[in-house]
Amino acid sequence: MPANGNKPNGAPGANGETEGTDPAISARGLVRKFGNFTAVNDVSFSVKRGEIFGFLGPNGSGKTTVIKMLTGLLPLNAGEASVEGLNVRTDAERVRERIGYMSQNFSLYPDLTVTENLTFYGRIYGLDPARLKRRMDEVIQLNGLDPYLNRLAAQLSGGWKQRLALGCAMLHEPKLLFLDEPTAGIDPVARRLLWDLLFDLSGHGITFFVTTHYMDEAERCSHVAYIYFGKLIADGTPNSLRELPDVTPEGTIRVEITTPEVTRALKIARQIPGIRSATIFGQSIHALINDHFDLDDLRLQLQHQGIVVAEIRPLAPSLEDVFVELTYKNQAAGAKEIEANRA
Amino acid sequence: MRDMFRGFGAVFYKETLHVRRDFATLFFSLIIPLLQMLLLGYGIDTNIRQINTVVFNADGRQESRELLDRLKNSDTFHVVRYVSSDQDLNNMIIAGKAHVGIKIPVDYSDRLLHQMSAQVLVLIDGSDSSVAGQAINVTTAIGLDESLRRALPNNEAFAVDMRPKLLFNPDSRSPNFFLPGLTAILLLNVTTFLTAFSIVREKERGTLEQLFVTPVRPMGLLLGKLLPYLGIGFFELCMILTFMRFAFHVPIHGSVFLLAFLSLPYIFVSLSLGILISSKANTQSEAMQLAFLTILPSIFFSGYIFPLETMPKFFYGLSYFVPARYFIDITRGVILRGAGITHLWPDALALFTIGTLLLIIAARRFQNKVIMA
Repeated sequence: MPANGNKPNGAPGANGETEGTDPAISARGLVRKFGNFTAVNDVSFSVKRGEIFGFLGPNGSGKTTVIKMLTGLLPLNAGEASVEGLNVRTDAERVRERIGYMSQNFSLYPDLTVTENLTFYGRIYGLDPARLKRRMDEVIQLNGLDPYLNRLAAQLSGGWKQRLALGCAMLHEPKLLFLDEPTAGIDPVARRLLWDLLFDLSGHGITFFVTTHYMDEAERCSHVAYIYFGKLIADGTPNSLRELPDVTPEGTIRVEITTPEVTRALKIARQIPGIRSATIFGQSIHALINDHFDLDDLRLQLQHQGIVVAEIRPLAPSLEDVFVELTYKNQAAGAKEIEANRA
Repeated sequence: MRDMFRGFGAVFYKETLHVRRDFATLFFSLIIPLLQMLLLGYGIDTNIRQINTVVFNADGRQESRELLDRLKNSDTFHVVRYVSSDQDLNNMIIAGKAHVGIKIPVDYSDRLLHQMSAQVLVLIDGSDSSVAGQAINVTTAIGLDESLRRALPNNEAFAVDMRPKLLFNPDSRSPNFFLPGLTAILLLNVTTFLTAFSIVREKERGTLEQLFVTPVRPMGLLLGKLLPYLGIGFFELCMILTFMRFAFHVPIHGSVFLLAFLSLPYIFVSLSLGILISSKANTQSEAMQLAFLTILPSIFFSGYIFPLETMPKFFYGLSYFVPARYFIDITRGVILRGAGITHLWPDALALFTIGTLLLIIAARRFQNKVIMA
C-alpha cells in the first residue's frame, strides 16, 4: 500500500504513538470506491478515548466498509485515518495488534470449547503463556464464563456466545474495541448485561466503536454518528443531535398525542392543516406541528372527528426522529444535486 | 522474518483441534481411498480373458475339434454354447449372451486334406472395442500359426521369430498398472478436499473475517492451515503404499524415500488447488463441486486410465496442465521402472512450478476477492 506523500496539515498520528490527549480514532475525508460506486464519501469524525461511539446507518450504507478502512483491511482512496495514534495507511499491522474486533456472528469456532477458543485468540495476539493465563482468568471472571469452560461454543446460547466473543476480543487488553452489531439476535436480558459491561469498561478508559440497528442502544451511546449511503449526515452527542435545527425546523414543535385509537387518529391527524408530519409510536402518535397551533385547539379538532384524546404534550425528538428527518433532508438535497448536474 | 509467519503456531494449534474433533471426516477421508483401492485393485482386470463365445461346428471332425481346442487354450475364449444353425449363432450374439461367434464350415477338414484354403467365420461383437480387438488379434494369430505349421516341414523354425518380453510388469498384472496411478488420484482427492473445506468452513462461520482483523499474517494463516493437511496427505500416501506393497504385492523397484520426497511438490500442488478453490467457493457444497471439476481431468487426462499417446493433439496438450500427469509419471517411474531422480526431476520441477503459480494466483484472489470484498 503506497503511503500518501502529501499529508494534509496536522495529519493525525503521523508521528506514531502519543497516548493521552490524542483521540482514539480520527478520520478525515475518508473515501472508498468500488468501481464507479462510492461506498464511503468524504467521511470525517473523531472518537475520544473512553467514549462509546455508536455508528448507525441502514444496511449497505458503508458501516462495515468504514470499519474495514479503520482496521487497515481496505486501502483508503483518499483521506487520512489514525487509530490509537497510528496511521492506518502505514501502520495497519500495529493497529490490528491494539484493537479488538467482534463481528455480528460472534466468529467463534463451534467445535472448540470455551477455553480453546480463548486460548486460540490469545495466541493469535501473541500473549506469552503467563500473560495468557492471567488474562484468561480475568476475562473469564469478567464475563462470567466460569461454568462453561469445557463446553463447546456450539452449545452456548446466543448471549453466552456473545460474551465469549467479547472475551476473545479483549484478551490482549485493547484500548479500543470495534463491536459490529454486538446485540443482533440476542435476548433483552443479555443485551442489557452487555451494555452494563460496556459502560463499566468505558469507565476504565476503554473506547468502543459500536454499530447497531437499535435506537434505544443509540440513545445509550455517548457519541453517535449516522451514515447514509456513504455520507455522514449526523455526528454528535444524542442531545446535541436532538437540538439540530434541521430536526425541529423553526416554527414547529414536536408533540405526543396519546389515544386508544392510534390507527384511525393517524389518518385524521394527517389531514389537519398545521400538522406537518405524524407517525405512530406504540400507543401514541408523534407529530411535528406548527408552533402557533394551540394544543387545546388540536385536541378539539381531533375530538370533533370522534377521537378520544387522553393527552397531548410537547416532546423532545427521539434519535429515530433525528435520523428520519436528516435522511429526508438528505434525499431532497441529493435529488437537487442530481437535477443540478443534469442542467 | 519471524513476523511474516505470525499467527502460525496459533492457527496450527486450532487446526489440529478441528481435525481431532471431527474424527469422522478424517476417518472417512482416509478409509474411502483405501476402499477405492480395494475395489480397483481386486475388481478391475485390464487383461481380456474368457470372452463368452458361441460355436457352430458344422464340420465336427478331428481337425475342427483341434482348432477349437487351440482357441480355448488361448485363455481368451470361453465357449458358452454349441449351436447347430447360423441363425442360433446370430441370435446368441444379438442377445448379448456371447461376444464372439465361431462357425466352422462343413467342408473344413476336407479342404485341409486337399491342401486347399479352409475358411473359418469369426463373428465379433464390436460394441466393446477392447474385447473386439483382443478377439481379432488372438483368432488371427492362431489362424496364422496353424497355417504356418501346415506349410512348414516338421520342426523347422520360423524365418522370423518375434520374442516379445514385458519389462517391469512381466505378468501384465493390472494392480501393477493401476495402483501407482491411483495413488496420485487419491492423494489429490484427500488433500484438495480437506484444505478447501477447512477454509470455506471459516468463511461460512465468519471466522475468516475475524482473523483478518487480528495481527495474523497471511503466510502464517495459510501455513498453519496447510501443514496439518500436508501431514494427513503424507500419512495417506504411506498407507496407500503399504497397502499396495503388501496387500496387492506390487513390487517397488525404486527408492521409497525418493517417492516420498517427490510426493511433497505434488501435495503442495493439491493444497494450493484447495486454497484456490476456497477463494472462489463460499459454501462447502460449492467447494465440493469445484473440487470435482479438478478431479475429473486428473482421472481422464493424466494417463491414469487412458494412454496419453492416443489422445487427440488438443487433449494431449491439455494434459500438460494436469498435475496428476506428472505425479503418475513419478509413481510409475519409481515403483515399476525403478527410475531415479535423474529421470524424474523434470516432473518434480513441473509440479513445483504449477504449485507455486497456483499459490500466487490463490493468494492474489484471496487479497482481492475475500479480504477486500
